[in-house]
Formats: sequence, C-alpha cells, structure tokens
Amino acid sequence: MAAEMEPPPLGDAGQTDFREIEDGEGFFVSTVTTLESPEPSSPDPPSMPAEGISTNGPKQEDISLDDDPEDLFAEATEEVSLDSPEREPILSDGPSPAITPVTPTAMLTPRMGLGTAEMFERSLDEIEEDDSGDTFDMHIAVSDPEKVGTFNTVLMYSYIKTSMTIFSKNETTVRRRFSDFLGLHSKLASRYLHIGYIVPPAPEKSIVGMTKVKVGKEDLSSAEFVEKRRSALERYLMRTVKHPILLKDPDVMMFLESSELPRAVSTQALSGAGILRMVNKAADAVNKMTIKMNESDAWFEEKHQQFENLDLQLRKLHASVECLVCHRKELSVNTASFAKSAAMLGNSEDHTALSRALSQLAEVEEKIDQLHQDQAYADFYLFSELLGDYVRLITAVKGVFDHRMKTWSKWQDTQLLLQKKREAESKLQFANKPDKLQQAQDEIKELEGKVQQGEKDFELISKTIRKEVSRFEKERVKDFKVVIIKYLESLVQTQQQLIKYWEAFLPEAKAIA
Amino acid sequence: MGPRSRHTAQEGDTLCLLEINARSVSVDLNNDASLLIDIPDALCERDKVKFTVHTKTTLSSFQKPDFSVPRQHEDFIWLHDALVETEDYAGLIIPPAPPKPDFESPREKMHKLGEGEATMTKEEYTKMKQELEAEYLAVFKKTVQVHEVFLQRLSSHPILSKDRNFQIFLEYDQDLSVRRKNAKETFGSFFKNMVKSADEVIISGIKEVDDFFEQEKTFLLDYSSKIKDSTARAEKMTRSHKNVADDYIHISATLNSLSVDDNTALKKFTNVEGRVASDEELKLTELLRYYMLDIQAAKDLLYRRARALADYENSNKALDKARLKSKDITQAEEHQQQCLQKFDKLSESGKRELTSFKGRRVVAFRKNLIEMAELEIKHAKNNMALLQGCIELLKSN
Repeated sequence: MAAEMEPPPLGDAGQTDFREIEDGEGFFVSTVTTLESPEPSSPDPPSMPAEGISTNGPKQEDISLDDDPEDLFAEATEEVSLDSPEREPILSDGPSPAITPVTPTAMLTPRMGLGTAEMFERSLDEIEEDDSGDTFDMHIAVSDPEKVGTFNTVLMYSYIKTSMTIFSKNETTVRRRFSDFLGLHSKLASRYLHIGYIVPPAPEKSIVGMTKVKVGKEDLSSAEFVEKRRSALERYLMRTVKHPILLKDPDVMMFLESSELPRAVSTQALSGAGILRMVNKAADAVNKMTIKMNESDAWFEEKHQQFENLDLQLRKLHASVECLVCHRKELSVNTASFAKSAAMLGNSEDHTALSRALSQLAEVEEKIDQLHQDQAYADFYLFSELLGDYVRLITAVKGVFDHRMKTWSKWQDTQLLLQKKREAESKLQFANKPDKLQQAQDEIKELEGKVQQGEKDFELISKTIRKEVSRFEKERVKDFKVVIIKYLESLVQTQQQLIKYWEAFLPEAKAIA
Repeated sequence: MGPRSRHTAQEGDTLCLLEINARSVSVDLNNDASLLIDIPDALCERDKVKFTVHTKTTLSSFQKPDFSVPRQHEDFIWLHDALVETEDYAGLIIPPAPPKPDFESPREKMHKLGEGEATMTKEEYTKMKQELEAEYLAVFKKTVQVHEVFLQRLSSHPILSKDRNFQIFLEYDQDLSVRRKNAKETFGSFFKNMVKSADEVIISGIKEVDDFFEQEKTFLLDYSSKIKDSTARAEKMTRSHKNVADDYIHISATLNSLSVDDNTALKKFTNVEGRVASDEELKLTELLRYYMLDIQAAKDLLYRRARALADYENSNKALDKARLKSKDITQAEEHQQQCLQKFDKLSESGKRELTSFKGRRVVAFRKNLIEMAELEIKHAKNNMALLQGCIELLKSN
C-alpha cells in the first residue's frame, strides 16, 4: 500500500490529471509556492482544489474547474496554509515531512487514468482505511429557508462546520435549492447503487406542499411544510456525509463547498428524464419477479429475510407514531377548549375562593395544552421522521440486494451465452466455413473475458454489500439509540413541567374554604 | 386510599367481580352512624350490574341492624322517581339519579381487539387486553361510585332518610321488579319529559319578590349551561388522553419486537399514562358530570317553587273572581290559603336546601380538585423516574 503512494508514478499520471500545471515538477513548486505566498490568485492554484477535493472517483473530469475559478480557488488557497499542518494525522503511512503536502495527491495518483472497477474498489478500500485516523467530525446545519424570486423558490442555507482535513475550510456556507439535493442524490445513486453501496434516499417531492409555498401562502401548513423539508434535508446530508465513500465523492464535495451549482434539470418529476426513470423502475420490478437466484451464501439469505422483517416492523411503528402525533394534537386542542370552558365556569361561580380556583385550573390547563403541542412537535420531528427515514433507507438496502441479484443474473446469462457459442463453434468445426469459425472463436474469447468479469463483479458487489450492511446496522443502532434517548428526555421534560404546574395549583385548591 | 380490587375477567362473557372498599367522590356523607350505607361489591354480567347494598343502622325502624341486599340499576331509578313524585318533597332537592352503567366504550374496544388479534404480536395483544380490563374496571368504579353517592345523599338528608320507599329499597329482600312495574304504570316518564322542557321558561318568567331566590335563579341558570359545557369538554379531553395512552401501548410493543432497547420501563410508562387518563376522568370529569346533574336537581326545585307561586297567583285571581260573583268564596279562600302555605313551605325549605347545596358543592369541588392535583403530581413523578431509569439504561449500554 505504501509503495503505491510513492511519488514515482506521479510522473505519468500526474500529467493526465494536472494538465493545467506547466510541468510535472511544477506541481511540487506550485504547492510550495502557494503555501508561502499569501496572494489569493496565482496561476497555480488549480492544483489545490484537486488536492482539497479528493478525486478518487472514476470521473475526475467532472470536477468543474472552470466554474467560478476565482471564488473556489481563492477560498482554497487562503485556507491551505492554515490546514496543511493538520493534514499529517490522516496519513497513517507516515511519509516524510518534506513531501507531506503532496502526499494526499500522491495517494490519489495511482488511481488516475485507471478506470477498472478493481482499481476503483481498491482505492476506495484504501481511502477508508487510511482515513481511519481522521475521526468523523462534521456538523451540518440546513437552515434559514429563504424565498427568492418571483416564484418564491425556497433556498436553504447549508452551514458546515468541520475540523476534518479533507475540507478546504473549517466553515462553509452555501445556498442550495431542493432540486440541488435531488440532483446530488441522483448522481450518487447512479454511481454507487449498482455496485452495492447503500446511498441514503433524498427527501420526497411534494407537489402540493411546494405549490403552496411558491404561491406565497403564508399559513401554518406551508410554514410546517418548509420546516419539515428543512429538517429532512439536514438529516439527508448528514447521512450522506457519514458514509466514508460518499463523503469523498467529488459531487458531494462540490455540493458542500462551491457557491454555485449547475441546475439539476433531470430531477423534475415530469421531465423526460423523470419519465425514463419511471419506465426503468417498472422494468426493474418485472425483472425482479423473473430472476430466480440460487443463493449459495446463507448470509445473504438470512440478511434479506432480516431486512424484510425490519421493513414490516418499522412501517408498523411509523404508523403507530403517526397515530400518536395525531392524537396528541387532538388532546392539545381539547385541553385548550376545556381550559376556556373552565375559565367561564369560574367566572360564573359565585363562591369567591372556588371561582378563583377554577380560574387557576383554567390557566394550568392552558399551559398543559402548550406542553402537549411541544410534545407533539418532538413526537413528530424526533421519532416519526426518524422512522420515515429508515423506512426509505431500508428500501435502498433492498435495492442494493436486488442489484446483486441483477449482477448475478447478468453473469449467468453471459455464461449461458458462452455455452451456446461453444456449442455453435463445435458444430462449425465440422462445417467448412473457416471465417465463420474464426468469428465464433473470437466471440468465445470475448465472452470468456466477460464471464470472468461477471464473476468478479458479482464477488465484488457481494463483498461491498457485506461491508455496507454491517456499517448500516451499526449506524442504525446508534441512530436509534441517540434519537430515542432524546425523545425520552423530551418526555421527561414534559413530566417535570407537569409537576411544576400542578404543584403550583395545589395550594389554590386547598385554599377553597 | 384506592380501591382494592379482586377481579377475574373472561373473554367473551365479561364476568367480573369487583370488590371495593374505597370512599368515593361523596363528601362528608355517611358520617351519621345511625344509618350507614355503602356498596362493598358489585357483579357485572354482560351489561347488567348487580350492586350489593349494605346497610348498618341503629334505627329501630329497620328490622335488622346490619344487612345487605342485591339491587339493579333500575331499582335505583325507581327509588329516585318515587321520591320526585312525592308531593311532600317538592321543597327539597332530590339527589340526581345515577346514570346507567355505560360499558359501550370498553365493549367497542374489546370488539376491535378481537378483530385485530391476528395482526398483533402476542405481547401487544396481552397488553391491550390488560388495558381493556383496566378500562372495564374504571367504568365499574365510576358506576359504583355514583350509585353509592346517591344512596348516601339520601341517608344523610334529615327528611329523605326517613322515606318509606327508601327503607323498602334498603331492606326488602325480595326482587323489587314487581314494585317497579307498578310504579311505571302510575307515574310514566312521558309526563316528566313534558314537564322538563317547560321549566326553564317558567322559572325565568316568574316575577321574583325574594332577593335570595332572584339571585339563585340567575346563578343557577347561568351556571347550569356553563357546567354542561365544561363536562362535555372535559369528557373529550380525557378521551383524547386515553387515545394517547393506547398509542403508547402499540408503540412499546413494536419497539419490543425491534429489540432496540430494554422496554420494561417504557411499558410501565404506558401503564402510568393510562392511569393518568383514568384518574383525571374520575376526579375531574365525573365531578363535573355529577354537579351538572345536581344543578339540574336544584333547578327542578326552583321550578316546583315557581309552579307553586303560579298556582298561588292563580288562586288569588280565582278568589277575586269568586268575590265578584259572590259564589264559592269560602272554597276559593281555602284554596288560596293552601296555595300560599304550599308556596311558603317550598320557599322556606328551598332556601335551606339551596344554601346547603352550595356548601356541598364547594366542599366537593375542593376535595376533588385537591385529589386530582395530587394524583397528577404523583403520576408525573412516577413517569419521570421510569423514563429517567430507561434513559440511564440506554446510555450505559
């Protein structure tokens, strides 16, 4: 592993990627120069973002170095000098200090220009292991929704605070639209789902909700809708960045840091891309029904069953909690109405002390109504939304299992095809058609290669899924624990308040003479 | 002190036996040792409740010093109606009749439980069944309480406690249903309903000469509508509370099957929430409901007095007419005297009754509000301890 990190490969691969640098050595020079020079804009900075934004994905070309060069680079340049000393901890393989600033890039170079899944997978592996020293420390807040433009498009602000070294800044603020989030998810899904990574699903679209906001309706339900969405987006981002592979994806980094993003058009529900997606989904569903996989691995069988069960339980729980939220809101309304009525009764009562006590009772009930409202809020945002997220996550997990099935199926189909071609070839041996024979033999060679690849793909996705599932399970238990503790604490607070209110009321009741 | 209950419940045939030795929402009743009444236990079969009415007395008018009889709800109604129709008691507030035992809500729940059994886990089902039994118990407690209070009001009233029908009710060791049938034929409830609708108009229309009654009238009419409103809303509130408690049962059952955490604390929490809802109902809603009925009884008294006044005024007019015609003057004079006497008697006892009614009401409200506040505090403290224990457990894992 260490060997791969040595500078030597830098010579070739370095060129392909850092095409904007004058020369290979200039790379070193530029780095050093940037470190020493305080000027924000120098011709060399193009290397910096490449360094700051790790380019371990197969699509380095996607890095929009052309986009707002000044902005992006300016930020990066300023911060490097502050952060570079901190880069050392992440390099567990301890390269010599002299080339410390370079090593992250060096780490990346062997992968560049190589597009095979194998190399990619290895690189992802290594990244995961290398960064084990850099503990996950990032705080993302999505807040301050703002309506802009004539159509009241809502922009959310994403605030990131991190001490993680892969980021070029400690704190970043960017503005994003909902479609940006969807676009990000769509890219990640198309890139990682089919090779077995559990990509967190994005929050759902809501035509009704969004229309209300766009039209400018300033009522309670549209405010609630915006809040619901804001919270969902925050959770979505946090889940995405917690995934060690996804965090390093260039699109994710760009999403988090660059001030402008190209509009994600293909996320619109009624667009051509949207319809294509729907068609694909339908086709997938049909295929799933027809694939009968010979599961040789008991682990997968067991896990599949586990997730089916989990899915059922979570849906049931989600439904129960939604019921709870509804009933608690009802309780709040009824308590408020009773409070009013008790106040009127107190007014009507002619015994002075009793009248006062009844008015006090009315006040207590009013306060309790507020408590119920707050509790309902906690019920929903802590508990119910968590469950909703996990129901959707489980769908993503099941999707990943399905992809594995598809990969297996593809492999099998290729094998069958190879079989057929072999049979055809042996037949051609006896017929006198040399060019057809040659053609058949060529095809067979090609297919043999494909079969091998198919097997490798299958093994790879199986391996990835095992890792992903174990990570998912760990995350799930942690997530649930944290949220449930928070929720129970909210309940405790409610009880504390109740005690306060009733203890204040008691002397009033006792004072009735 | 709470009720000590020993109950067995079987499915389908809701046979439950409840033994209580609790004091109820009654207020300082039952302290005259010469006549002590309580309902120590009750039996419920399907919807029929059989109360055991136990009497301890030092009065010689009774045959035995200590005895019990079984009574049904309908027997209580017969007694109430008999008292209302007794002319002599026109100047008294007759304690309101206890409402019919209403097992509608738990019965509906049991039905739903039966239907949903297939979709629930065994644990959830058991929990729901327990809740159901608790609810049956709560309805039971409620109905025993109101029947007991009714009798105790009578026993502590200087005049009503001596009523012959009351004595029969307490003592007669045969089935009262024969007497009940006769009573129905004589009195008929249709008459009562007709009377009820007119009373409000009559009461408000009367020209009141007495300040006391003027005030009482204004107060009672206003208070009556307010308390009716409060009762309805309190009922809604406690029902919502029960719904929330039930939701927690489903949630804790499902969480259990996810084995996310140790759920015994959460289960206990759901128990306590259920208790909060039912205690709230017992102390607050039932209190309001009882006084709503009692106020109605007070209004009935005002009505009867208003009728008496109307009669008196009519008799005056008749006397004048008679004097004019010089015919049947003595008769008219006598009639007028009778009406006046009746009216005066009603006014006098009415004043006494309404004053003591106010005192009773204030004391009852005080007692129940205090008890409710204390229970709320107790439950909240329990809940808090449970939840905190749960949190500790989760954090330590």
